[in-house]
Amino acid sequence: MTRRVTAAQHLAGPSLLVVAAGLLGTAVSISTQAYFTDALVSVAIVVALYTFIGNSGVISFGHISFVAIGAWTAGVLSVPTAQKPAIMPNLAHFMRHWTTGNLASIVLAGVVAGVCALVVALPLMRLSGLAAGIATFGVLEITHNMLQYEERIGPGLNAFSSVPETTGLLQATVGAVIVILIAFLYSWSRFGRMLRATREDPNAARAVGVSIYSQRLIAFVLSGVLAGVAGGLEVHLLPVSTDSVYLDLTFITLAMLVIGGATSLWGAVVGALAVSALDSYLAIGENGASLFGWHYDLPSGTRLVIEGVLMAAVLILRPSGLTGGREFRLWPRRT
Amino acid sequence: MMLAILNIDWQTLTDATALGAIYALMAVGIGLVFGVLRLINFAYGQLVMAGAFALALASQWGWPGWAAILLCFAVVLVLSVLMDRLVFRPLRTQSPVIMLVATFAVAYLLESIALLWFGPLGKIAGSFGALNRPVTISGVDIRKITILAIVVAAVCLVALTLLLERTTVGLYMRASSMDFQTARLLGVRANRVIATAVLISGVLAAVVAIMLTVQTPLVTPDFALRDTIIVLAGVVLGGMNRPVPATLGGFAIGFASGLLGGALPTNQSQYLPTFLFAAVILVLLVRPAGLFSRSNAVERV
Repeated sequence: MTRRVTAAQHLAGPSLLVVAAGLLGTAVSISTQAYFTDALVSVAIVVALYTFIGNSGVISFGHISFVAIGAWTAGVLSVPTAQKPAIMPNLAHFMRHWTTGNLASIVLAGVVAGVCALVVALPLMRLSGLAAGIATFGVLEITHNMLQYEERIGPGLNAFSSVPETTGLLQATVGAVIVILIAFLYSWSRFGRMLRATREDPNAARAVGVSIYSQRLIAFVLSGVLAGVAGGLEVHLLPVSTDSVYLDLTFITLAMLVIGGATSLWGAVVGALAVSALDSYLAIGENGASLFGWHYDLPSGTRLVIEGVLMAAVLILRPSGLTGGREFRLWPRRT
Repeated sequence: MMLAILNIDWQTLTDATALGAIYALMAVGIGLVFGVLRLINFAYGQLVMAGAFALALASQWGWPGWAAILLCFAVVLVLSVLMDRLVFRPLRTQSPVIMLVATFAVAYLLESIALLWFGPLGKIAGSFGALNRPVTISGVDIRKITILAIVVAAVCLVALTLLLERTTVGLYMRASSMDFQTARLLGVRANRVIATAVLISGVLAAVVAIMLTVQTPLVTPDFALRDTIIVLAGVVLGGMNRPVPATLGGFAIGFASGLLGGALPTNQSQYLPTFLFAAVILVLLVRPAGLFSRSNAVERV
């Protein structure tokens, strides 16, 4: 009974927060709404990161590759057939005449990214520590490089234009909640528990018969699928190019995860929303704004500096993140 | 691939050697700090970038060459010490992942400050443009900077080896890289050793900044970012823990990328990062154990 209540809280906390953010987005002007939609897509990406990094304790710089692959898949499948020759003149033949609907394109984004994640994970999950970090970085570099110059599978150096912009507030909220639900079900399952056991004490986990390799493999593929779905959501939101799914996004999403608290789903969601809120607030400020009775007009670029300082500060002062890496509970644990 | 190897001329070879030499210096800078702190410094490239901007400002103000070099050293060293005091020291007891993300944040911060200050188009550092002119040695045109880079790198590496092998602080540093706890128990002062390592790595960053600005005078906020990523891969390949494998790894990856970049035709050289990182992943998979020193200190993540 208590277990169920705890589980319900772990799921309800993050989901309700996301839904609340979605509802709040309906109350503001259209131009401000874009920030909310953006934040909700970030939640999906960061929760995908949490599924692997948070549960396994292994750092991965490569997950934005799967966001990119998802975005490319959904993008290529969604550009109307008539406009494909103009945007992607060198597209491979079989993709030229095939267009899917919105939902199908996002599901397929997850599937394709998941397959790629499996291919990557099969060899890479044998590595750990620094070697794993650098190898996943290599994956990011390779994906970026291939998408940039391989024009048979996408627009190359150009941005994806003409993708139907279906990711509004509703789709972003629903997408984020589904990603959270899947991540929750995984962490609550025996697989999630086994993986967290390997994070806490690899030797003890091995001693009770947990295979570190297979548990990490499962989490990596699942988080690849979720990252692909998030990429699908993103390409339906704004014209994605190779540079928008590369180092900057890697940095900002990792920072969101660490700032929120990498070891909990609640931390991932809180981190994504908190950093997004700050980012939007400062971005509005760079355009000159009056908020809470204070008029300010920041020079363009201040946003990045302030964010950098805050991230470093949170890491130094509160390394376990804003949530302390714990899941959401209505009342604090009795000691 | 064979054809590519046959295409290589002397010029490509010397350029690749010079690139390897510069990367070797960066590798030592990253490797030294890793040795004592178990910290991969992602922000190392931004130190180089800061030094390069110092040179660009000096040349804009019309300062003489020696003053520009002094300014470059001053800026990089002050930044290194600040980084150590403000970020590395408070985080010393945290997990490697958190330290890694923290240096990521510092790198991002320094880059955005440069962006805010100098704009995305950057500045020209032209004080040492003369070094780009070629000299002809037995019919081969070689830029002066190429020769200088190789010589300076060799001198730095020899000096560093002497420092590590022949001085007390060098002994402390080698002991700390092997086993920091035990070294401390035996009376090695942690803060002094770390400060020395950070300072030396700062000096190397300044030297690298000078070399790189001669080769590419346009200094932008993402100056040396790509180089750092490639060097990091090289350092992990070579072996982080000890200076010699780290240096060799840095040299090898610089030499290889210089060689491939010069020898491959354009429609293939655009895939250079793919080749390079595919090779890195392959080596990591085949020889993960051989890459690190025998201690298990690395296996904490």
